[in-house]
Amino acid sequence: MLAYVARRFVYAVPIVLSVALVCFLLVHITPGDPLVAVLPADASQELAAQLRTAYGFDRPLPVQFGLWLWKAVHGDLGNSIATGRPVLSEVIRAVANTVTLAVVAAVIGFTLGLFFGIVAGYFRNTWIDKVATSVAIAGVSLPHYWLGMVLVIIFSVQLNWLPAVGAGPGGSGEWKWDWAHLSYLVLPAITTSVIPMGIVTRTVRALTGDILSQDFVEALRAKGLSETHVFRHVIKNAAPTALAVMGLQLGYMLGGSILIETVFSWPGSGLLLNSAIFQRDLPLLQGTILVLALFFVFLNLMVDIAQASIDPRIKRG
Amino acid sequence: MHTIKSATQEPATAVKGTASLRSPVIVRRTASLRSPMALAMMAVAASFVLAQAAVAETVVRIGMTAADIPRTLGQPDQGFEGNRFTGLTMYDALTGWDLSSSDKASVVVPGLATEWAVNPDDKTKWVFKLRPGVKFHDGSPFNADAVVWNVEKVLKQDAPQFDASQVGVTASRMPTLASARKIDDLTVELSTKEPDSFLPINLTNLFMASPSKWQKLYESAPGADAKAKSQAAWAAFAADASGTGPWKMSKFTPRERLEVVKNPEYWDKARVPKVDRMVMLPMPEANARTAALLSGQVDWIEAPAPDAVPQLKQRGFTIYSNEQPHVWPWQFSRIEGSPWNDIRVRKAANLCVDREGMKDGLLAGLMVPATGTFEPGHPWRGKPTFEIKYDKAAAQKLMQEAGYGPSKKLTVKTQTSASGSGQMQPLPMNEYLQQALAECYFDVQLDVIEWNTLFTNWRRGAKDPSANGAHATNVTYAAMDPFFAMVRFLQSSMAPPVSNNWGFINDPKFDALVKKARETFDPKERDAALAELHAASVDDAAFLYVAHDVGPRAMTAKIKGLVQPKSWFVDFSTMSMTP
Repeated sequence: MLAYVARRFVYAVPIVLSVALVCFLLVHITPGDPLVAVLPADASQELAAQLRTAYGFDRPLPVQFGLWLWKAVHGDLGNSIATGRPVLSEVIRAVANTVTLAVVAAVIGFTLGLFFGIVAGYFRNTWIDKVATSVAIAGVSLPHYWLGMVLVIIFSVQLNWLPAVGAGPGGSGEWKWDWAHLSYLVLPAITTSVIPMGIVTRTVRALTGDILSQDFVEALRAKGLSETHVFRHVIKNAAPTALAVMGLQLGYMLGGSILIETVFSWPGSGLLLNSAIFQRDLPLLQGTILVLALFFVFLNLMVDIAQASIDPRIKRG
Repeated sequence: MHTIKSATQEPATAVKGTASLRSPVIVRRTASLRSPMALAMMAVAASFVLAQAAVAETVVRIGMTAADIPRTLGQPDQGFEGNRFTGLTMYDALTGWDLSSSDKASVVVPGLATEWAVNPDDKTKWVFKLRPGVKFHDGSPFNADAVVWNVEKVLKQDAPQFDASQVGVTASRMPTLASARKIDDLTVELSTKEPDSFLPINLTNLFMASPSKWQKLYESAPGADAKAKSQAAWAAFAADASGTGPWKMSKFTPRERLEVVKNPEYWDKARVPKVDRMVMLPMPEANARTAALLSGQVDWIEAPAPDAVPQLKQRGFTIYSNEQPHVWPWQFSRIEGSPWNDIRVRKAANLCVDREGMKDGLLAGLMVPATGTFEPGHPWRGKPTFEIKYDKAAAQKLMQEAGYGPSKKLTVKTQTSASGSGQMQPLPMNEYLQQALAECYFDVQLDVIEWNTLFTNWRRGAKDPSANGAHATNVTYAAMDPFFAMVRFLQSSMAPPVSNNWGFINDPKFDALVKKARETFDPKERDAALAELHAASVDDAAFLYVAHDVGPRAMTAKIKGLVQPKSWFVDFSTMSMTP
């Protein structure tokens, strides 16, 4: 197992480097001036040249990439052009907020998804299956930003039960796990959970149905095992694929949703990316994308390891 | 409702809380007690109630359109919204804007300088007399040293406090300022690169930050070298700012909220804020802002979603709007071969647009029809002889004189964006123009590109390949000062790559009028020269003038005493919050 984990870590290194290169190139080849946040369009050419030198944008791209990577390896992602604050602290603060949202949304989405998926799989082609499948289809089909707006209109504007925007009465810096703060989390978490819930439901439904139709299940039943024992076998067989799907979904959620976080003014990585994109804040954009991409790499690694520990065949592969 | 308000410790709850202490229940219980002890308890209770009432803080929470808190270190980013919220609140400049009237034009007034004059022998040197007795929020005095220090923070590259990140937004707004020199504690001399009568107007953009506060932060800042220490000191200053403005920074959470409290020692006693605390929250999405207002989470929002305005009015919210120094135009290409070189065509386009129809039919009343860069009542309006109005017959006649008609349409191409700061609703508005101009024999083609790209192309000009053969560009502009409102578009030397004369206008008449305005130092005469320049530009139909934005904002009816001037800015000091 240790050798397997070590091998996976080694595989991750070139992926991380490629991610760094791609995210650097992507933000540099897009049109627009990287100094647009601090340099109005009516600034003189002389001033533009002066600032380009001050920020190091006059150097060749490979040099810029090398310097950026070297600093990044040492934990320095540079300073935001727009705010002057260190990118790392900006990203950490935003990612922490997104993790809070993603974890709560994952608990809601995965719990409901597993429940609906298993129920639908067990009662395939019955009305229960149809209800569960309809919920899943609605989950993956509804635009989540639209759903967010509808929830805000109902629960904030009309009923006045929950706050419409923000991350707590005093901002995320004063976050506490009490109702005063959690009330800010309810609507964005429900909105975020809808798509993973739908995807997990569909995946688990298909897996459960397939496994139930396999011969070994018949054999187990023929041996006289109770349905509870059979159920355990079904779950164990479905778990690796379901885990992989949930891991990916958690990755997506940890990446933050630009749309949901903008709709709810939730100060997470999605809102940070949105701000960085609109301000052409290249260091912030690069740093945020890099950290989020590393999240994905790390999560995939964790999922691989978890799958291997559940299903020994994977290790051999 | 209760859950949200009690959770957020809102002012409304605080006021309600104190009110409940005065409730009849308390009075009845205490009235039934007759002993001296009871009387003493009543006295204690009464004093507690009075004390509570006295400390009940009034708070106004504002949802901004910005996605982030504008920079707080003295020179805000994010355009004039930045100056509005984190510039003019916490800082003052040597000169300021008169924001006291919603009817009159907002003009430059004394700020931290009480008077100024250009040296009659050398028109590149100005003497500014400073306001005595002004202190920064950290208690240090404002004086000539502070002015020199603040000029050098953006102009002197070897000064310890020089900060490249503040240069762009500052130096570009005062393009001729070269240096500052202390004459005595309350007098400074400012030098310009060339004679420039616009300097006092440009100086509204240079906010005075506290050198003493910065120096303390610099001394304790981490950093391998002076530059790194300086950057760290500015970052620390941004989180604990000190200016001379009517509001003091109280709490700052990056990207989430900025709280400022009133500065009771503010030098202009008439502008000491009536509200105790103001909270600014970035809410870039219009529907989210509107929902936050409707649900009582904020008291004031900038730019409500236009289709929500009727609902907001119906639910008792107040909508404020007023003409802003902003122009939504088509800036014509005047390079060889451009159809807009014919003044009849330019005038025809200006006469062919029903701006009132656009206002009422498309923008729910949230625009002012433009008849130039400045409207009547503005000191720089002048008396143009060409009246910009809707007169389709006259427009068609002009087009026919120019050789066009129903069977020979003039094809014109305009570059625009689908969104962007100040662009209002660019696509529907341009499609409206497309349809309107079609009736005057124009065949308008729209080249829609991304906003930042359009903005960048603006500096490249109509001859650049980035223009993609367009005959006009649709970039809106602020018209706060003469340089940005007129000079950069009309003066031939401002053609790309120098500045924003995108269409390469080259008219000696404009050049002469710009020179005259810049070298006329008596304020009234300078304004008259600017009015002459403006009138000439309207008579020349230099732009297709379409609309002025009106800066709509919606707020609870509890906010009283607010004046929305004809400006990008607003004075938050005058508002009060009723319980």
